[in-house]
Amino acid sequence: MDQKILDRLYDIVGPDGVVAHKSARSVYDCDGYTLEKAVPEIVVLPHSTEEVAAVVKFLNKEKIAFVPRGAGTGLSGGCLPVEAPVMIGTSRLNKIVHIDLLNRHVVAQSGVVNLWVSNAVKEQGFQYAPDPSSQQACTIGGNIAENAGGPHTLKYGVTTNHVLGLEVVLPDGEIVTVGGTVEDVPGYDLRGITIGAEGTFGIVTQAALKLTRQPQAYRTFLAVFESVHHATQTVSGIIASGIVPAALEMMDTLIIQAIEEAFHFGFPTDAGAVLIIEIDGLAASLDPQTERIQAICKHNKAREVRIARDDAERMALWKSRKRAFGAIGRLSPNYCTQDGVVPRTKVPDILQRITEVSEKYQLRIANVFHAGDGNIHPILMYDERNADETRRVVQAGKEILNACVDLGGSLTGEHGIGVEKMSQMPLIFSPEDLMVMTQLRSVFNPDNLCNPNKIIPTPGGCIDVTTPRRQVPL
Amino acid sequence: MENTSFVDHEKFFDCVHCGLCLASCPTYVELGTEMDSPRGRIVMLRALQEGHAQLDDEVVGHLDLCLGCRACETACPSGVQYGALIEGARPFIEEHYRRPMLERGKRWLMNKTFPNPWGARLFALFLKVGAALGLARFARSEAIPTTLRYWFGLLPERGSVSSASLLEHYPAIGEKRHTVAVLSGCVMSTVFGATNLSTVKVLRHNGCEVLIPKAQSCCGALLLHNGEKQTALALAKRNIDVFDQLDLDALIINAAGCGAMMKEYGELFKDDPAYRDKAARLTEKMKDVAEFVGSLELRPPTREVRAKATYHDACHLAHGQGVREQPRALLRAIPGLELTNLPESDWCCGSAGTYNLTQPEMAARLLERKVGNIQATEADVVVTGNPGCLMQIRAGLRQSGLPITALHTIDLLAEAYADDPGTD
Repeated sequence: MDQKILDRLYDIVGPDGVVAHKSARSVYDCDGYTLEKAVPEIVVLPHSTEEVAAVVKFLNKEKIAFVPRGAGTGLSGGCLPVEAPVMIGTSRLNKIVHIDLLNRHVVAQSGVVNLWVSNAVKEQGFQYAPDPSSQQACTIGGNIAENAGGPHTLKYGVTTNHVLGLEVVLPDGEIVTVGGTVEDVPGYDLRGITIGAEGTFGIVTQAALKLTRQPQAYRTFLAVFESVHHATQTVSGIIASGIVPAALEMMDTLIIQAIEEAFHFGFPTDAGAVLIIEIDGLAASLDPQTERIQAICKHNKAREVRIARDDAERMALWKSRKRAFGAIGRLSPNYCTQDGVVPRTKVPDILQRITEVSEKYQLRIANVFHAGDGNIHPILMYDERNADETRRVVQAGKEILNACVDLGGSLTGEHGIGVEKMSQMPLIFSPEDLMVMTQLRSVFNPDNLCNPNKIIPTPGGCIDVTTPRRQVPL
Repeated sequence: MENTSFVDHEKFFDCVHCGLCLASCPTYVELGTEMDSPRGRIVMLRALQEGHAQLDDEVVGHLDLCLGCRACETACPSGVQYGALIEGARPFIEEHYRRPMLERGKRWLMNKTFPNPWGARLFALFLKVGAALGLARFARSEAIPTTLRYWFGLLPERGSVSSASLLEHYPAIGEKRHTVAVLSGCVMSTVFGATNLSTVKVLRHNGCEVLIPKAQSCCGALLLHNGEKQTALALAKRNIDVFDQLDLDALIINAAGCGAMMKEYGELFKDDPAYRDKAARLTEKMKDVAEFVGSLELRPPTREVRAKATYHDACHLAHGQGVREQPRALLRAIPGLELTNLPESDWCCGSAGTYNLTQPEMAARLLERKVGNIQATEADVVVTGNPGCLMQIRAGLRQSGLPITALHTIDLLAEAYADDPGTD
């Protein structure tokens, strides 16, 4: 990189805010999506919103593209620097600025870890509801970029339902506030469109987050089934009965075996599928729901229904579930977690298709997913040292997503499009749809300097896009 | 390039790059740089081993900055043996990288001091003299360099250094239940002699006959962390020979750092036909003192200790050995003692073996964070199971002018047992 540009960046963020050494910036070459890698030419770690704004303003003036990064736990390559020389990390924007329990919100900088927010208000009986599986490490900024979900989104909703307002550095370096700290802000919902924009509308530096009262009581079940079919029937049965569980998670044999080896919770390793069902709310309401859930499980031939005895057992169960992806490391050197959505009733169909894909491409695929909202997470195992296998993983992943779309579903439930699924956007959007998105992006990000080559396929970006790729002149 | 393999290459592939370790790493949270995170260090280690990276100041700097606290192993869902990766790289770095002269001297001195009984005594004498001269007061003097200031700050209070020596044999008090040996340790025996006495006292009160063979040596942990593997192995062999010939139910270790290292003797000698079986057998018997006493049906301590206490998890006890609940349970068994929760209790205090001597700046940052958390609990006493943490935390408390004492778990428990065996 040009020395003059480097010097200016050093001036803005100071020597400890710039990572320039080759081996050092190499550690930023990918996030949790490891199929594609690119080393940024320079990593900048600003200490404040003002420093972010100064860096962005300068890069905009020089017409140098940049990409934001939180903790790098994303699963679609959202912070991969593709033709973007500069990476801007939010790791130093890690302060909880303000806690307002009476008005039930927290103002946190975007580099704050998701779990830190809940920990900060735990003693007072509150929580920040969105709980992605990576919550022990992922950042609020990353959650906002991807509109992250988690096991408990079935009842509580995803990130966008819990963010009141944002402070954003726009791609030209201007600092703006969208939304606020109260429930309803008039005018266009700019907060809403920024959440889930995967960092293409600017860099979020601070957010006002809604706090939720911790439920008075929980009841957590582990239901064991001989087959995925019976587990799916149970999921439909519970939803049809009018119960809205806090979480409704399914795991298949392969993933049960992996997490049992990792965490020794006591999962039955010979089961065809298990469901983790959680209900929460007023203690008095849980007994009747428990009876109905047990009856539905029995009706669908559950081999066994266990109830977590105490909070420690409940936590152990969730810890096993939330760290399931990582536990795959015990089975395989690399994996790719896919993220697709199908209508809840189509879960058996998509699992059948996944089995076929697994056989066709000779790949091991484990399944862990949010069954309650039809959000599947097939985990495709591979060894990056095997080039042919790596290629097959990419193909198989695409085929699974195509199948999701065929069944009336969508390409992503919570991981985002990133670079991973960009080429498949035309499967669910017409050229006109994509054009509207591009136009919207242009309002915020006219030169496409901020996280370029993400979400919307661009000419020359992806070789296997089959629909017209040329952008219609604005 | 010459063969750069320093660790079993397959171990790198346990890491799936998920990043769940990041927020558990004290250096990453302090600095916000991923080169100073476990995942980042693994990427660099692998690049080194595969010959894609050079062993230059930048890379060595990030690897040196690792505390070795192994909090990342607790956080890792994938079972990455991070400790084995970083420890594997240490000797490689020492062999292939030339440190600045001052740094070399510092390391040479440390590596010569601790394993040698006379060196350890000299260290204790140095601490005593330093304490007697009151050098700690220079810790706040602007006139001397920051590093030196920090080191002076580590010097103990006058009279707190205890080299009380132990007998080779103590009978059990009351009905005998077990025969155990105690590792007297290099720093423990010369600086924390009183804690060794407390260890013996608590064990005896709980029906243990206690053996302390004189021929034992330093465990080798500090040397291993500094990359001096061969010397460390020689010391380990001596300990294996000494303890293996005794008929023991357990080998008790009261320093978390020593315990975490010794429990790896089995792994260290797995390819050594002469020591493999002995090492594995002895490793089975190794127990941290709180882990062992916590596993016994405790003979209830009777003497009241009126204080509000909080417990700091030594890294090498919590992350290294998985001992978390037992020390807390022992403290709860002390009549009159109130135990309060310490925020970030398993966050490294910055001591980390000799880390506070080699990386004073980061050590001071972590100490400040630890002291802040301790202060917030409003406890009178902070309890932990490792000598390094005790020295570090005591220094921090003193410099902040806080009237809080730091004690070893077993010292506080010993308080609660009668001094005269006959009256219990």
